[in-house]
Amino acid sequence: MEYNDVVEAVVSALRKAHTELPDDVVKAIRKAYDSEDNEIARRNLEAILKNIDAAKKLGAPMCQDTGIPVFFVSVGRELCLDFDLKGAIVEGVRKATAEIPLRPNAVHPITRENSGDNTGMDAPQINVDLVEGDEIRMVVMPKGAGSENVSALKMMLPTEVNKIKEFVVETVKKAGGKPCPPVFVGVGIGGTFDGAAKLAKKALLKNVLEMNEFELELLEAVNELRIGPMGLGGKNTALAVLVEIGHCHTASLPVAVNIQCWANRRAEVVLR
Amino acid sequence: MEYELRTPLNKDEILKLNVGDAVYVTGEIFTARDEAHARALEWMEEGKELPFSFDRGVVYHCGPLVKRNGEWRVVSAGPTTSARMNPFTPKILEKVECMAIIGKGGMSDEVVNAMKGKAVYLAFTGGAGALAAQSIKRVKGVVWEDLGMPEAVWLLEVERFGPCIVAIDAHGNSLYRR
Repeated sequence: MEYNDVVEAVVSALRKAHTELPDDVVKAIRKAYDSEDNEIARRNLEAILKNIDAAKKLGAPMCQDTGIPVFFVSVGRELCLDFDLKGAIVEGVRKATAEIPLRPNAVHPITRENSGDNTGMDAPQINVDLVEGDEIRMVVMPKGAGSENVSALKMMLPTEVNKIKEFVVETVKKAGGKPCPPVFVGVGIGGTFDGAAKLAKKALLKNVLEMNEFELELLEAVNELRIGPMGLGGKNTALAVLVEIGHCHTASLPVAVNIQCWANRRAEVVLR
Repeated sequence: MEYELRTPLNKDEILKLNVGDAVYVTGEIFTARDEAHARALEWMEEGKELPFSFDRGVVYHCGPLVKRNGEWRVVSAGPTTSARMNPFTPKILEKVECMAIIGKGGMSDEVVNAMKGKAVYLAFTGGAGALAAQSIKRVKGVVWEDLGMPEAVWLLEVERFGPCIVAIDAHGNSLYRR
């Protein structure tokens, strides 16, 4: 494995993420379309499905908000990497921005100056985990701002476990039509202040068709809001609620809710 | 009901639209997000003439993904979250005869009130960027490019852009207010 293999893998993963939604996500959207009887909701879901087809056919990014690329990189501990892995990922993002193309979204937070290539200070975001084995597993999730902007984190009291549901529902309610519903809701429970947020984002990587009892209960509560596709009313406010948990301090209960738009884009590459 | 709108708009056509109607837009529209709205208001306050017109115009809350191959071409261009433009829009509405906004997610009660008698809000499906690009025929120009690709103002020629749903009409009704 060399530097250039990683660069090319990043470009191909980003291309796939932007032009083809994962099967489980498309299935969830189709299911929503079939279940909806509100005409405006159906029109919006129909446009979403047409858009998914158009993006795939044209090889064009399905959404103009190509997001900030977030990487989850699992590095096998048997590997000996004789090159700059982080540098290769950054270069891959730069190359993908020019080639696919992607919209340059990364700006300096204060001056708002656009770097022009989606890279910069702490951008792209790269999360590294050490795992067993001799391969690199890289998942990229381009995260748009419409849904990221309405996400929330709360340091709840340890005695408020029974209020987690209320916080999740409240967050989706406040978001209304802004995050391009029907949304996917990632919930991180436990860990630390930053850890809960990371768990919430990682939850969005899970198969959206495989929810446990607690996740289904949250989904039902969220869909009672009837915000509907694009906030114009309907049964489908969220298509899935996905939860990740982690041990936390006995005195705290961090809970993070990371909202994701219907375009739950992600792609995985494995390098050996 | 289904309607066809052509730019420049006239007020009578705006007033006959009601929430729930479907609309297709043909003509010239321009994109504007946070930074462009802020600058436009600054220029208006200083009495400087804008290189595009809100009056009788269609403003598209959008930061398009464009590519230059000799000419600019729109690759993907769905709407952005309109709520970010809430603080600027009432002041702009004060200065126009009539106007239409294309966006997603809806706008504040203050904007809904300011739209009365002169403006409509047309919701296009958020995230449907590849689909939207198909009805954008040409990039007629770009101004304020120093703001960066997403925040610059792109002047776009569109043909039957839609279907857009009238989500806020000029009579104070909003589909988001439930």
